[in-house]
Amino acid sequence: MDAINNLVLGFSIALSAANLFWCFVGVFLGTIVGVLPGLGPPATIALLLPLTFKMDPTTAMIMMAGIYYGAKYGGSTTSILLNVPGESASVVTCLDGYQLARQGRAGPALGIAAIASFVAGSFGVLGLMFMAPPVARFALRFGPPEYFALMVVGLAMVVFLTGRSMVKGVLATLVGLWLAGVGTDVFTAQSRFTFGHMELLDGIDFIVVSIGLFAIGEVLINLESRTGAQIFKVPRGLRNLLPTLKDLKDSRFAFVNGSVVGFFIGVLPGAGSTIASFLSYGLEKAFSRNPEMFGAGVIEGVAAPEGANNSETGGALVPLLTLGIPGSATTAILLAALHLWGFRPGPLLIQENPNLFWGLVASMYVGNVMLLVLNLPLVPVFAQILKVPYFVLYPAIFGISIIGAYSISNSLFDVWMLGIFGLLGYFMRKLDYPAAPLVLGMVLGKRLELALRQSLMMSQGRLSILVGRPLSAAMLLFAVVLLFMPMLGRVRAWRTRAIEQELL
Amino acid sequence: MSFEHRGDQLSGIILSGFGILVISEATALPYVSEFGPGPGFLPLWIGIGITACSLAALVVSFFRAGKRSLDSSELSRIEIIRGVGSWAAFVVSIALLPLIGFGLSLGLLSVFLIIALDRRSPWVALGVALFLALGFHLVFNLALGVSLPVGPLGF
Repeated sequence: MDAINNLVLGFSIALSAANLFWCFVGVFLGTIVGVLPGLGPPATIALLLPLTFKMDPTTAMIMMAGIYYGAKYGGSTTSILLNVPGESASVVTCLDGYQLARQGRAGPALGIAAIASFVAGSFGVLGLMFMAPPVARFALRFGPPEYFALMVVGLAMVVFLTGRSMVKGVLATLVGLWLAGVGTDVFTAQSRFTFGHMELLDGIDFIVVSIGLFAIGEVLINLESRTGAQIFKVPRGLRNLLPTLKDLKDSRFAFVNGSVVGFFIGVLPGAGSTIASFLSYGLEKAFSRNPEMFGAGVIEGVAAPEGANNSETGGALVPLLTLGIPGSATTAILLAALHLWGFRPGPLLIQENPNLFWGLVASMYVGNVMLLVLNLPLVPVFAQILKVPYFVLYPAIFGISIIGAYSISNSLFDVWMLGIFGLLGYFMRKLDYPAAPLVLGMVLGKRLELALRQSLMMSQGRLSILVGRPLSAAMLLFAVVLLFMPMLGRVRAWRTRAIEQELL
Repeated sequence: MSFEHRGDQLSGIILSGFGILVISEATALPYVSEFGPGPGFLPLWIGIGITACSLAALVVSFFRAGKRSLDSSELSRIEIIRGVGSWAAFVVSIALLPLIGFGLSLGLLSVFLIIALDRRSPWVALGVALFLALGFHLVFNLALGVSLPVGPLGF
């Protein structure tokens, strides 16, 4: 009953004119970002974050979340029409989506992607609504040692699931943790790693790092080559986009599979939508009567991964909002955004800020409907975005990046830092160092250090406090197992296969 | 030797050096304080971790070093020149910000990228540069009230 009352409160917030407008802006921008290969949700959210400082925080969060789940809808368009995934989670959609387009069934493939996204996205919101409050209540038992252990688990999961090399993942995490420590120490007010620069006393701004790593790094990689691809035409008219009754019947299990798998994978830190879509596709194929048809253009091969990809969003928001632990680069940026807007993501967030939580949940229902309406009839229009020449798009991204960095504190120092982190992002991609652990390390670094030092203060310097409490001991053991598991041959083979798919 | 292996070795060396720098800076900070662990506590262990992992990565890359075809390393070289060249142009545009303002420096960056990397005609480049400079001024400066670095011409 509480959930229903709270949801009514949420809808009263989400349906206000301003929130409806910004929700629409978010999902619209998200769809465009999803359609455009080479500009992902983390880069977009980081770029737009400085522009939200003057907005109402709940409204800003509604818009940012709109970008996050909107991009998932848009990602299927390029996968189906171009065989080029708009974002990594849409890689699997290419397998059958593109084949369907080649058979002249681009319309139904796009249609089923939108419908599966809607069904599973709505399931994800339901999951968030019912699962987040009990998780938050449970997390109230956590003290500094448990929080420290939880953050270690989050970082270990991200290292385990991103990048081909675990060592590179650990290195990226450590550099992120170090970056978080630059500035003034919160306990002793002593400056650390400022190298004589007054500007570094407040630390390195997270937005600058994420814009540099994601936006600039991505553009530089794309500027390396001049490649084009043939785009299939999208049939005009809603009737040509609607899947047939047979398509819907064939996809009914894919809707359920995508919804459930996506949500629960989303709850795990580090797993992310790519793994979710990959797993649900694998399950769909394993339980299909015609597994040999997968890859040749079956409609459920589009429905399952697209559903999982969207349901994952609701799952990923559970640890972000209730524990303050992000599971991916995008949710890490959302976490930083929540802090900037003055919220404290964690067990008390729902109690202290019911308007934010329930407004966000309700806005996600509204946003999913908006996306369905936008994506079914307007897919041909969104496909036109692909015709925007890259020689216009890339200088524009450079421009937005400069504005994003400069507007944080009207300082050119931040813009110079943007240049440095842009180059770092470029070489990290070239040399196969994953960026997500660095970003996560930077976001969690300060809190991890705080939790560790508080724990050690509680125990008068004895590290045994971290393993002396059952919950923290179990979590730390799990983190150690995660980091050493790839030494087992079969686990290493599975992990490499999953990551190869992600990096395709 | 392939770009990846050379890159892994180079990044291993750079990161080892960086790890040592972190250790040396961290040792200059107090390891313990009156509140418990000091400001140098975690950074020291981070530095040790960076050094150890980068040395491990370095050793692995030496063991795995193999040959790659000339064509692919040539392709990598051209790609890197284009990537780093674009970054250098971006950095020059940052350096020009306080001198000529945001609009002109973004315009110049666009012209360079379009002519040098995309091999389009100067007219296309000028058109795009003008469109972007004007568009950014209208959207960010006038509509959203975002302050941007201004040059002597006032934009």
